[in-house]
Amino acid sequence: MEMDNGAGMEFLAVAPEMIVLLGAIAALLSGSFLRRDRQWISRVIAIAALLAGAALAGIAFTQPVRTVFDGSFAVDVGTNAARLIICLATLLVIVLGIEELTAGPQESETYALMLLSALGAMVMSGTSDLLILAVGFLLASIPLYALIGMNRSATGAEAAMKTYLLGAFSGIALLLGVTLLYALAGGTAYATLQTGLVDMPAGVVALGLVGVLAGLVFKAGAVPAHFWVPDAAEGSTVSAAAFLTTVPKIGALVAIYRLLLVMPSSVNWPLLIGLLAAMSMTLGNFAAFAQSDARRLLGWSTVSQAGYLLLPVAVAGLTDLALPSLLLYLGGYAVTNLGAFAVIAATGRTALEDYRGLARSKPWLSVALVVSLLSLVGTPPTVVFFGKLTTFTAAWDGGLAWLVAIAAINTVASLFYYLRWIMPAFQRTPAPASRQVDRPQARRWATQTAYAAAVVIVMGALLGLVLPLFDGPLVR
Amino acid sequence: MLSLVVFLPLFAAVVLAAFPKIPDRTARWAWVAVTAIEAALVGVMWFGYRTPAAGQLGYEEQVEWIPNVGSSYHVGVDGLSLPLLALTVVVFLACAVYALKEDQRPRIQAALFLFLQTSCLGLFAAQDLILFFLFFDLSIVGMYFVIAGWGHGNAARSALKFFLYTFLGSLALLLGFIGLYLYAEPHTFDMVELAASAPLDGNPVAGGWVLGAILLGLAIKTPTFPFHTWLPPAHTDAPAIGSAVLAGILLKMGTYGFVRIAMPMLPEAWRAWSWLIIAIGIISVLYGALVALAQTDLKRMIAYTSVNHMGYVVLAVGAAGVAGSESAREVAVTGALTQMVSHGLITAALFLLAGVLQDRAGTYDMGSYGGLAGQAPKFAALFAVGAFASLGLPGFSGFIAEFQIFAGSIGTVPATALALPGILITAALFLLALQRLLTGSAGKKTNAVTDLTTRELLSVGPLLLLALLIGVFPRPLLDLIEPAASTVVVLLGR
Repeated sequence: MEMDNGAGMEFLAVAPEMIVLLGAIAALLSGSFLRRDRQWISRVIAIAALLAGAALAGIAFTQPVRTVFDGSFAVDVGTNAARLIICLATLLVIVLGIEELTAGPQESETYALMLLSALGAMVMSGTSDLLILAVGFLLASIPLYALIGMNRSATGAEAAMKTYLLGAFSGIALLLGVTLLYALAGGTAYATLQTGLVDMPAGVVALGLVGVLAGLVFKAGAVPAHFWVPDAAEGSTVSAAAFLTTVPKIGALVAIYRLLLVMPSSVNWPLLIGLLAAMSMTLGNFAAFAQSDARRLLGWSTVSQAGYLLLPVAVAGLTDLALPSLLLYLGGYAVTNLGAFAVIAATGRTALEDYRGLARSKPWLSVALVVSLLSLVGTPPTVVFFGKLTTFTAAWDGGLAWLVAIAAINTVASLFYYLRWIMPAFQRTPAPASRQVDRPQARRWATQTAYAAAVVIVMGALLGLVLPLFDGPLVR
Repeated sequence: MLSLVVFLPLFAAVVLAAFPKIPDRTARWAWVAVTAIEAALVGVMWFGYRTPAAGQLGYEEQVEWIPNVGSSYHVGVDGLSLPLLALTVVVFLACAVYALKEDQRPRIQAALFLFLQTSCLGLFAAQDLILFFLFFDLSIVGMYFVIAGWGHGNAARSALKFFLYTFLGSLALLLGFIGLYLYAEPHTFDMVELAASAPLDGNPVAGGWVLGAILLGLAIKTPTFPFHTWLPPAHTDAPAIGSAVLAGILLKMGTYGFVRIAMPMLPEAWRAWSWLIIAIGIISVLYGALVALAQTDLKRMIAYTSVNHMGYVVLAVGAAGVAGSESAREVAVTGALTQMVSHGLITAALFLLAGVLQDRAGTYDMGSYGGLAGQAPKFAALFAVGAFASLGLPGFSGFIAEFQIFAGSIGTVPATALALPGILITAALFLLALQRLLTGSAGKKTNAVTDLTTRELLSVGPLLLLALLIGVFPRPLLDLIEPAASTVVVLLGR
C-alpha cells in the first residue's frame, strides 16, 4: 500500500512529461483514423497536452524540491522552468505553423514528432542520471530527423541526412562518454559521479566529460557540432525550423549545467565551456554575415545565441546568478526566436531581399520583426537584453571577464546582420514584381503569433519580477 | 511627477502609432501640444525645485524592479540633470514646431520623436545604471529610424554607421556598469549608492579597466577625437530636426555620463587618468575646429564644431580631476555643464537653419549660396546670431560657458591653454561661413531661398533667445548648477 502510494507520488512528479507523452500518442493515433480535413482534431489534442503540461509545470514550481525514481530525475527549479519553456515554445511553434501544416499530408505526424522531441528535451533537462540522459538524447533526436526530412525537397533530404549523421556521431560520443564516466565513478547517478570522480585521474574524467558534451552540444546547436543547424533551418518547413532552433537547446543547456555541477574541480571545465562559448558566438556571427536567406540567417544566429547561452553554463554553480540567468535567457531567447520565425511564416518570404517594402504593406508585422530582431541583438527593454545583462554579470562574477568581453564584441557584430534584415523592410521601394511573393490567403495564426511574441518581448522590462522564480537549488 | 514627465511622450507616441486613422494635421498638432505640455511641466518642476542636500535628489521616485541584481526603477533630479531635462523639452518643442509642415509620414514621425523624447528625458532622470542604459540604447534605436526613415542622401548607410558605432559604445558602457556592480558591496546598480561608495577605489587596475570601458562608451557618444567619425555622415544625411535632437540632446548623454557616472563613481581612476582625458579634450577642440574650418558643406561644418564644443566639456571635466584649488575645479565643472546647455540650444538652432536651406534649395554646399542677407533677411539675422553665439561672443551662453571652462582649467592645468586657439579658429570659421552665405554676390541657389516663415521663426527664435538670456542673466542657471558641480568635485576629491 505504502509502496503504491510512493510510486503514485513519483508518477505525479513527472505529470508534465506524462501528459506530453499521452498527447503525442493520442495525436498520432487520432491522425491515423481521421480524414485529412479533420486533422485539426489532432492539433487540438497536441495543443491541449502542451497547455496541460505547461500548467502542471507551473504548479510544480510550488511543490517541494526533490528527486524521484531512485534519484534519477530531479524535480527542481531547473526542471520546472525548462518544462514550462519547452511546453510553451512547442505550443507557439504549432500555432505559428497552423497555416503551413493544415491539411498537409503529415499534419498529425508532425505534431506527434514535435511532442516526442519536446518530451526528450524535457527529460534531458530534468534527469540526474547519465543513462536517462542518453535516453532523453535519443528521444529528442530521432523525431527531429524525421521532422526535418518531412519537407520532401532536395534541401530537406540533405539537411535530414546531415543532421542524422552528425546526430549519430555525437550520440556515439555521448554513449562512450557515459561508459567512461560510469567506469570511473562506479555508477551513473549524478550523486555517485559527484563523490566517485573526485580522486580519479583528471585526464580520463575530462575525456568522459568531453564525450558526453559532444552529444549535448549537438542538441544545443553549439560549436563544434553545429553544422546541421543552418542547413536544417533552411531545408525544413518553417515550423520545423522554428522548433529545431529553439526547443532542443533548452533541454541540452540545462542538462549541461546539471552535469557540470558534479564534475570535480580537477577538470578545468569552466575554461572548456568558455572556449566553446567563444567559438560558437564568433563562428555563428561570422557565418551569419553573408546569408541572404532569412531562415539560414536565423540558423546561424542560433549558433551564436548558443554561445551566449553557454556563458552562465561555464560558471555553473560558481555564482548565484548563473542558474537564474540561464533560465531567463532560455525563456527570452525562445519567445524571441519564435517571434522571428513567426514573421517568416506570416509573410511567406524567405529571402531577405523579399522583405523590401514590408513596412509599407504590413506595418505591424514589420514592427514585430524589428522587435524580435532587436531582442536577438539584446537591446533593452527586450527580454534577451535582460538575459544578456544577467548572463554577462554571472560570467564575470564567476571569473570569466575575458569571455564577457568577447560576448560584448560579438553582440555589436551581430547587430550588423540583423540590420541587414531590418533595413530592406523599411526601404520605400518594394521588391520588384518578379520577386513579390504571391500570398493570397491571410496567414492569420502565424501573424497573431508574431504579434503575441512581440508583446511578450517588449514586456521584458517586467522580467525582473519573474527572475526570483528562477532562483533555487538544483538537486541530484 | 517626474515619471509623468518622462513617460507622457511615450504614451502619446503609442497612441499616435496605434491609430492609423489619425489625420496628419491632427498628428502634427498633437505633437506640438504634447511637447508644449512637457515644457510647461518641466517649467513647473524647475520652479518648485529646491536644491537638495549633497547626494540627495529632488522629485525622487523608487520602485523595486529587478531585485536579483540590485536594480530598481529609480529616478530623481539635481542640478546636473534638471538643466538637461529643461534643454530636452525646449529642443523637442522647437522640433515639433519646425515639423508642422512635414509631409512625409508626419504621424509616424511624431510618434518616433515622442518616443525619442521619453528616452532622452528618462536618461537624464535615471538614477539606476540599468535604467540609464535602457534609455541610452533606446535613444540610439530611435535615432537610427529617424535617420534611415527621414534622411536624405546616403541615409541608410549613415544610419547603419551611426547605429553600429554608438551600439559599440553602449556595449562598452554596459561592461563598465557590470564592473561597477560586481565590485560594489553589496552588489547594486543604484547610481546614488555607487556614487556614495565609490566601489573601485583602492583597486587601481580594475578601476582603470572599468573606467576605460565607461570612457570608451561615453567618448563615442560625445563624440571626442578619435571616435567622432560616425558624427559627420549621420548629421549630413539626417533630417533637420533629427540633427537638432542628435546634436542638441543625444551628444549630451555622453558628457552627462562623465559628470553623473564616471567622475563620482570612479574618483580614484578618474584622477589617475585625468591627463589622458585632458589630452583628448584638447585634441578634440583643435581637431574639431580645424576640420570644421576646411568644410564647404554647412551641415558638416556645424557637425565638426560640435566635436570642438564637446571638446571643451571633456577638457573641463578632465581638469577637474587634477589636484588644485577646489573652487577652480568647481568653476570648470560648472562651465562644462553650462556648455552642454548652451551648445544644445545654439547648435539645435543652427541645424534647423541649415535645414531651411536644404528645404529651399536642396543643398548644404556653402559655395552655392551667397548674398542671402538681401534675399532672406530674417534667415540671415538668425543665422548671424546663431553663429556669433556659437563662436562664444560675450552676451551669449557660449561665452559664459567657455569663460568658466578656461578660468577653471587653466588655473589647475596650465597646459589646457593649448586649447585656446580653438576659440580663434571657431570664430574664424563662423565668420567665414557668414561671409560665404550672407554677403557677396548671389550664388546659383540663392534665388531659391525664400525667407523664414513664421513657423520656422517660432521654432528657431526661442532657442537663440534662451541662449541670449542665459548669456545676459546666467544666475538662475548657475544657481542651479553650482551646488551640483560642487558635489561632483567633492566626490571626486575623496
